[in-house]
Formats: sequence, C-alpha cells, structure tokens
Amino acid sequence: MHLSPDDIIFWRHGFFKLNATIAYTWGLMAVLALGSKLVTRKLSTDLQRSRWQNLLEVVVTGINQQIGEVGLRRPEKYLGFLGTLFLFVALASLFTIVPGYEPPTGSLSTTAALAICVFVAVPIFGIAESGLGEYLRDYLKPTVIMLPFNIISELSRTLALAVRLFGNMMSGTMILAILLTITPFIFPIAMSALGLLTGMVQAYIFSILATVYIAAATRTRKPGPENGNHDANHERMHHG
Amino acid sequence: MLIDWFTVIAQVVNFLILVWLLKRFLYRPILAAIDAREKRIATALADADAKKAEAQKERDAFQHKNEAFDQQRTALLSQATDEAKAERQRLLDAARQAADAMSAKRQETLISEQQRLGEALTRRAREEVFAIARKTLADLAGTSLEACMAEVFMRRLRELDGQAKKSLAEALETASDPALVRSAFDLPAAQRAALQNALNETFAAEIHVRFETAPDLVSGIELSTNGLKVAWSIADYLASLGKAADELLKMQAKSEIKTGQNANEHRD
Repeated sequence: MHLSPDDIIFWRHGFFKLNATIAYTWGLMAVLALGSKLVTRKLSTDLQRSRWQNLLEVVVTGINQQIGEVGLRRPEKYLGFLGTLFLFVALASLFTIVPGYEPPTGSLSTTAALAICVFVAVPIFGIAESGLGEYLRDYLKPTVIMLPFNIISELSRTLALAVRLFGNMMSGTMILAILLTITPFIFPIAMSALGLLTGMVQAYIFSILATVYIAAATRTRKPGPENGNHDANHERMHHG
Repeated sequence: MLIDWFTVIAQVVNFLILVWLLKRFLYRPILAAIDAREKRIATALADADAKKAEAQKERDAFQHKNEAFDQQRTALLSQATDEAKAERQRLLDAARQAADAMSAKRQETLISEQQRLGEALTRRAREEVFAIARKTLADLAGTSLEACMAEVFMRRLRELDGQAKKSLAEALETASDPALVRSAFDLPAAQRAALQNALNETFAAEIHVRFETAPDLVSGIELSTNGLKVAWSIADYLASLGKAADELLKMQAKSEIKTGQNANEHRD
C-alpha cells in the first residue's frame, strides 16, 4: 500500500529514477501526441470531416471558448499552455478505468510540477503582455504595504493548486483501494465512476484557476474602455 | 516525503514537452483547419451574396430592358399601324383620283366624240341642204330666172349710192380691159343688151363689157372691173346662212361641255 505512484520505482541510477508517475506520464503523453498526430494527419477543411477530427475540434474550440469567456483576449495565445493542462489532468483521471493504472496526478510531485508551471507561467504571460515594470508595479497596489501579502497570495495559491489536485486524485485512488479490500466487485465500480466525475471537475477547476490567474496578471494592466465593454459583455453572457 | 524533487523536475519537463507536442500536433492544425473552413464558408457566403446581388441586378436590368422593349414594340406597332392607315388612305385617294381622272377623260372623250359627231352631222346636213338648195335652184334657174336675176342686178346698179357709183364709174373709165360680167348661165342676147343699156344709162358712158359663164355662182350676176365688184348671188345668202348655222353649232357645243362638267361634279 503506497500513497503515491512515486513510490513504485522501476529503475534507479543515483539521482535519476524511473517511477510509475513518470512512466504513466509518458504513456499519457504518447497517447495524446500520437492520437493528435493520427487525427490531424489528414485534416479536412471541407464541411465533411471525420468523427475524430470533429471530436478534437469540439475539444479545442471548447477550451478556446472557455479561455475567452474568462476574459483573456486572443485565447489562441494561451491555448497551448492551458489546454494542455486541462487535457493532461482530464486524461490522467479518465485512464483510471484501466486496471493497474495509477494516475500521475495522484502524485504530489506531478501536481506540484504543474502548479510550479502555472506559478512561472503567470508572471511570464503578464510580463509578455504589459512589460516587466508594469507587472512588478502591480505587486505594490493598492499600497506598498500590500507587497508582502501579494507575494504570499501568489505562493499560497500555487500551493493550494498543487494540493487540491493531489488530494482529490489521491483520495480517489485511495478510496478505491480501500473499498476494494472491504467490498469487492460492485461498489468500487460506482466509486470509480464517481472518481471519473471528480477527475473531470478537478481538471476543469485546475485549468480554469490557472486561466483566471493569468487573466488577472494580464487584464488589470490595461483597463481600457474596450476591455471593460468586453468584460461587461461576458458578464451579461454568464448571467444570461 | 510526498514530494520527490526529481519527479517534480521530470514532470515539469514532461509537461513542457507535452505542451510543445500538443501545440505542434493538435492545436495548430485544428485551429488552422477551422480557420480555413471558416474562411471557406465566409468566401462561399460572400460569393453567394455577390452572386445574389448580381442576379438581382441582372434581373432588374432584364426587367428594365423588357419594359423598354415592350414600350418600343408598342410604339413601333402603333407607328406601323398609323403608317399603314395613312398609306391605305393615300392609295385609296390615288385610286379614286385615277378613277375620277379616267372617268373625266372618258366623259370628255365621249363629249368630244359626241360633239364631233354632231358637228359632222350638222356639216353634212348643211352641205346636203345647200347642195339640195343649190341643185333645186340650179334646176329652177331657167332663162326666166336668169332674166329676173338680170333685172334685179340692173335695179341694184341703178340704186347704188353716190359714193359707190362714183368710184365704180371712175374704175370703169380708167380700166383698159372691158368690164367682166359673170353669170351662172349663158345670158341671152336680149338680156345682154338690156344689161349693156342699163350700164350705159347708169354711168352715162359707153362701157365695154365682156360676158362669161361661171357655174359656181349658182345663180347670180357679178360685175367686176379693175378690182371693184358689184354682185348679186344666192351663194351670198347661202354663205351667210352657213355662217349662222356654224355659230349656232358652236354655242350648242359649249353648253354641252358645261353640262358634262356639271354631271361630273355631281358624281363626285
């Protein structure tokens, strides 16, 4: 009984080791990359298209739309990062239906890695959008006194991001493992289905939070009237 | 320890690789495909719009042309009808005029023919009458008639007025040739002597006379000398009668032409 797939180590050489987390991550990467490559190998620009292409188009445009609705202008710019976050987390939980599979997101190392990526990506996108000085000045708002609190908020939300995903995914596998020992056969399947749902929700939460952070880092720099209208429109759409 | 730092680093690297891979194989081609399709649809829609507008324009133009054509056709048709009507009227007029002219000409010809026939008839009748009269008179003109005629001639000589008598006397005196007395019949000696006596008596001189017969005088006696002439003859009467008859005929012809014209006018 182990808490994390990190503990399942296939191969070790000093600092380097190949544990189940990395192995399953590679597996997911392979599935995602090869699947995409296979489908996008012959894309059709006609009105007629294959069902796989249709699925991918729905997924991509769906993510794009979500990013846009959060308030980021030009969502295509952030699609690579945020879309991959969502797809990776979602697929990691989706594959829990495969027996013997351990979701890499059930490891705090993975979620920490993803959170660190978000932690680094937010200032990068913010600086790319509005420049270094503008971005840094944001930490002094509304007053200089707020600087330590802003920094703490950055760090704590990154930690929360990592722990939230880890806790949810790990608990799913843990509950499943525990239930398997107590009530075999039928009940774990229901829990597994519930785990799929929570996995999807977590993937959505994780990526949408990252989007919101990035949006906060880029949007506040430019409170233009056009931007304001844009947000107001989004606001109305949401309420509608 | 829940966090294995090597795994964290490895996962960060893995994640970055995955981002690159998905960008390369998923997002870019899919978005490109969607963009291409959208562009294609937009182009097709714009194309359709343009075609629709063009069709509308063409339809309008065609309708316009059609209307113009209709109007033109109607105008042409009415013009042609008018022209045909005018032409028909003209032809009818021309035909009527030609018919009138022909009928007038025929009328004229008829009238002139009638007139000529009438004239010829009249002349013939006149000539016949005269011929008959002349013949009758010639038949009747026996010696006694000649004698009567001689007496009438002599009376006329005696009754000549002063001026005529004087000039005749001068002519008779100056004439180198003897005076010529012409008659239709041979005058008998007694009458010749009576005539000579009457002449001598009238002009109180011995006058030389030569007697001659001229049948064309019908019945009459004529004295001519040195260009002067004293005559009495029925032919003179006949000539005046012929003249009168001719005048009458001419008047009649004129009135006939007039009535013919009147008749033509009535027919119009």
